[in-house]
Amino acid sequence: MMLAKIKEALAELYEEIPAAAETAAAEAVPEEAAAEQADAAIPEAPEEAGTEEEAEEPVAPPGPKETDYVATGYHLDTALPPEKIVAAVEILNREDFFLETITGVDWIDAQQLEVVYDFNHFDENCRVVLRSMLDRSKPEIPTISDIYQGANWHERETHDFFGIVFTGHPNLEPLLLPEDADFHPLLKDFKA
Amino acid sequence: MNGSLQQDLNQETFTLNLGPQHPATHGVLRVKLVMDGEYIVEAEPVLGYIHRMHEKMGENRTWVKFLPNCGRMDYLSALSYNHGYVAAVERAAGIEVPERAEYLRVITVELNRISSHLLWFGAFVLDLGGFTPLLYAFDDREQILDLLESVTGSRLTYCYFRFGGVYNDIDDAFITGTREFIKRLRKRMPMYHALVTKNIILIKRLKDIGPISKDMARRYGATGPVARGSGINFDVRRHEPYSVYPEFDFDVPVYEEGDSMARYMVRMDEIEQSMRIVEQALDKLPEGDIQPKKAVKLVKPPKGDYYQAVEAARGSFGVRLVSDGTNTAYRLKLRSPTYSNLSLFGEASRGMLLPDALALMGSLDLVIPEIDR
Repeated sequence: MMLAKIKEALAELYEEIPAAAETAAAEAVPEEAAAEQADAAIPEAPEEAGTEEEAEEPVAPPGPKETDYVATGYHLDTALPPEKIVAAVEILNREDFFLETITGVDWIDAQQLEVVYDFNHFDENCRVVLRSMLDRSKPEIPTISDIYQGANWHERETHDFFGIVFTGHPNLEPLLLPEDADFHPLLKDFKA
Repeated sequence: MNGSLQQDLNQETFTLNLGPQHPATHGVLRVKLVMDGEYIVEAEPVLGYIHRMHEKMGENRTWVKFLPNCGRMDYLSALSYNHGYVAAVERAAGIEVPERAEYLRVITVELNRISSHLLWFGAFVLDLGGFTPLLYAFDDREQILDLLESVTGSRLTYCYFRFGGVYNDIDDAFITGTREFIKRLRKRMPMYHALVTKNIILIKRLKDIGPISKDMARRYGATGPVARGSGINFDVRRHEPYSVYPEFDFDVPVYEEGDSMARYMVRMDEIEQSMRIVEQALDKLPEGDIQPKKAVKLVKPPKGDYYQAVEAARGSFGVRLVSDGTNTAYRLKLRSPTYSNLSLFGEASRGMLLPDALALMGSLDLVIPEIDR
């Protein structure tokens, strides 16, 4: 089963997160804690994630969690810090997933921008969502366009609409907006 | 050739603008080409000439009021877009759809798919220099437009689906008309194959031209006939069944070659498969309501985000909703299939002759308002 396999692979990314957030002392938080986090189900994704992270400094997000496919339309919901996205995408690429789309959501109340990546698999219906919260005043996240070339346009579009900067992108110029556009229309405080 | 020339004296290459007003781009798409003689060194599509920001409109109007927007993106298979959007909102808000309504949706969507493929067939052969097939294809397509007009009230930018059902029931005239149309098109398809598919000029223009490998299709997220022409057996109707599609017996045509001919064959075969689905749906059409007994008045999906994909004529059309529990979307992302399909053009056309690249572009079946949204 693709779902179980990919969930396990993505869960490994979380094992290092506490270590990154704290320091050497975090070495003592091994698989057990990570597994606990992975199991801790959070009821509703976006709002909760928004307000939760608003509270304090980088709280390690929970591991990949399975969602009710019939209700949401996707199987696996994976919230990651921006620096982990490339590693996660590499895992998905190894398993032959394809990129459906990349987009953003402006959580203006929490002063955060969310980047959402949708992946699916050609052989088996397995929708994986990666999401990452960025600081709204300095939204930056590494590009994945060198792994999935199709991401090039999706990232340019997300930059057009939200002003999210995909660092390392070869050509982050306006794509759908006029070439001299200096506005980001899908930000909630955008006024035409 | 429409466009400006710019000679680079040192490199012996020149820049050529294809479009934005060019018949082969089917709308306002511009492709910036760096040419070495007749060969393409680099091709970069430039988008956005008819960008209308449907996604922002989705955040500014209520769920119901966005319905007419759906018909104005992919205007050739508007009903697929209708279907994707209503299905996404129905999933989010937990709205039940009566079975008869789902059947009517499938019948009309598949007719719309046939009309879209017919127009593509005519326009594609026109791109390659054959004028007559377009007139034949339009003749057939006209019959579908008449049929759909009698049910939906419009000929192109349909807004036929409602949350929980459809707007209008079909009558006997529609059923007889559809059966007659299918009978007629079944007789015409062998003629198309004899005159066009087996035409040596068409074969020479398409065979081995514009190869797209399986891996390239995956890296760019290509779906629909483009992916299926590259040997990827992926059809959302089969892969991620929605509506009442599991109740029908149909094949998913897949061709391994990955060239323009393969994509041509996929679409031609799909016309037959869509006719099969329509026939079965008419045979099995259940009696009953076309809208829920309790009318859907206020749509307020609970907080959260939702995804729904449908197989549009050009590939996987996806709707990603983020709801904050009000009567308006917090975020409405529309994933259009041709956007991803076109993004591989730069890589796929490298080193090709310009006329061959136009054959490749035609085989991608572009609809610009859908790419630009």
